Amino acid sequence: MASVEFLGPIGKEPIEVDIQNLNELKAIFSDDKSLKEWLDICAIAVNDSLVDSLDIKIKPDDKISLLPPVCGG
Amino acid sequence: MLELYEGSLHVEEIISRWYGDVKDKNFGAFIPFIGIVRDEQGIDGLSFDIYEPILKSWFDGWQAKANQENAMLLMAHSKGDVPNHTSSYISAVLSPQRRVGLKLINDFVEDFKASAPIWKYDLIDGKRVYAKNRSMPLSGAGLLA
Repeated sequence: MASVEFLGPIGKEPIEVDIQNLNELKAIFSDDKSLKEWLDICAIAVNDSLVDSLDIKIKPDDKISLLPPVCGG
Repeated sequence: MLELYEGSLHVEEIISRWYGDVKDKNFGAFIPFIGIVRDEQGIDGLSFDIYEPILKSWFDGWQAKANQENAMLLMAHSKGDVPNHTSSYISAVLSPQRRVGLKLINDFVEDFKASAPIWKYDLIDGKRVYAKNRSMPLSGAGLLA
């Protein structure tokens, strides 16, 4: 199972998902009302690298992270 | 060099130590930027969450870029609560010449604001309120929407 963590202000506990790619994660999240306000604005990292395609293959030990808008300093 | 601390930065100690460490390294310019939390809009301070793995890789990328210009970057940032009139952020560039250093510190801080995985909250009446309106989406945001 791949892990999914919700960083910063999202305030949601990590989950585990059995998926082959990010398209499947998008489908899972489409029914999650707690993420409605976040999906439009979150970037996605797989194993701590930002990604820009839903077709990236996900392996069982992968870590997926949702990163909301940032403001350091 | 990247340093992370719980709470406000001890600015005098950090700047003094950095200066002591580098003054004999033959850099002609040491250009620090120090952020100070302002008392505005009724906040008691700011608070920060950091995602360290991506922050470190982002910083390492900038360090490699600086090294190509024979320069070097230093950065310190707070985690957790930082009261008004104390500091949460210091960055500094060391470079052989002033002009390269001034451009580098500007470009570095601008990209820090846009790309460093750090989340800011206003401290209001003891609560953390995400500074959503002042935050910037990272590259590729909205992929799962």
